[in-house]
Amino acid sequence: MTYAADVGALARKDLLLELRARDTLPAMLLFVVATFVVFHFALPAHSSQLAASGLLWVAILFTALLGLGRAFVPEREQRVLDGLVLAPCDRSAIWLAKSIATLAFLGAAELVALPVFALFFHGIGGATVAGVVLADLGICAVGTFLGAMAVVTRARDLLLPLLFLPLAIPIVVGGVGATVAGSPGRYLAFLALYDALFGVLCWASFEYVVTE
Amino acid sequence: METVSRHYRIPLPALAAATLALVMVALAFVFFVAPNDAVLGFSQRIFYFHVSIAFTAYACFGAGAWKALRHLWKRDPRADLESYVAVHQGVIFGVLVLITGSIWAKYTWGHWWVWSEDELVLFLVLFLFYAAYFMLRFSVDPGPQRANFSAVYALFGVVLVPVSFLAIRLAKTFLHPVIFTRHGANIGGWMLVTYCLTQPAVLLLAYTLYRVELAGKSIDARLRELRLA
Repeated sequence: MTYAADVGALARKDLLLELRARDTLPAMLLFVVATFVVFHFALPAHSSQLAASGLLWVAILFTALLGLGRAFVPEREQRVLDGLVLAPCDRSAIWLAKSIATLAFLGAAELVALPVFALFFHGIGGATVAGVVLADLGICAVGTFLGAMAVVTRARDLLLPLLFLPLAIPIVVGGVGATVAGSPGRYLAFLALYDALFGVLCWASFEYVVTE
Repeated sequence: METVSRHYRIPLPALAAATLALVMVALAFVFFVAPNDAVLGFSQRIFYFHVSIAFTAYACFGAGAWKALRHLWKRDPRADLESYVAVHQGVIFGVLVLITGSIWAKYTWGHWWVWSEDELVLFLVLFLFYAAYFMLRFSVDPGPQRANFSAVYALFGVVLVPVSFLAIRLAKTFLHPVIFTRHGANIGGWMLVTYCLTQPAVLLLAYTLYRVELAGKSIDARLRELRLA
């Protein structure tokens, strides 16, 4: 099988599992809407629209964390990862497929979350949507990678946010910049740079996460 | 995995003595030779420590990542422990950067913390990142998997440093306009000489501490092996 076919088969497995069990996506959707409601009460009246824009990015990040924390749970519970590592395919395909699956969940959650945000707070422009798409790539690439590490540690769910949030600060900077700045081009370029750098790093080093 | 320790050309006692001598000379220069700064006065002297320590912390993180690469690439059996010790020293010096930077900010701008100082913010991010490194390392049982996880995460660190720095610079444009500007880096004469002494002194101090910790950790690991054998 070619690399692309491996990735496709693995990603399809995750999407199919979610379609049948529905553990992750409904939780992410409920979480993100609940977060917006909490933000409404957390923001004092007459606070600027800019504050709400910043909180949108907090909501996206935490919703992503919710999904990423679940990403490798089926692999751990059924010991699927041992089988995948034994399979004659490139190990980075496991990471790429899982990233694509989490990206699909996060994208689906945002398809609901962004209109809800526009309804509750204020409208969002094309630059924000572009920023969200670019940020999603980085969040899913790095988050999936760290999720694979966190899931085999003793601390498990506790560890992923600790590992991920310091690495997500540049994503938040790029995202918020793209949302609020007058000329979002440089922030979008920064997000693309982040995606490229960390994407290559994750792709090249995933082998060491699943093998000894 | 049997512990193997590296043989160093310079013995530890000699290294420690040299470090002590150089640190003493550097301290003497900082407090007695370097002139008072025209604008900031005596308090500017913390700058020698702050900048030297910051550079040393970067060097430690860089060394940690280099050893991590050696572990993943060449399967050097000593590299995992060395990488961990280097990162550990980096975190210690990183905390010192935050402390000296905070004192400096208080005396220069009247606040213990200023978000407009890029380097301080970067070190805060790095502190959070490397604190998670320890959480990760001590949440996995010792063995090849722990070594791999630590190494990969340490490599993420060297990519994160420039990316975060860029991010913090970018964030300034929408978070707060620049109000404080550091007065020009026009140090010369004795100030430059003093800095050229403190920088190697702090680097050598970090290296000595690295060697001390490494020696201790190696003996510890060897003892564990003998107990199990």
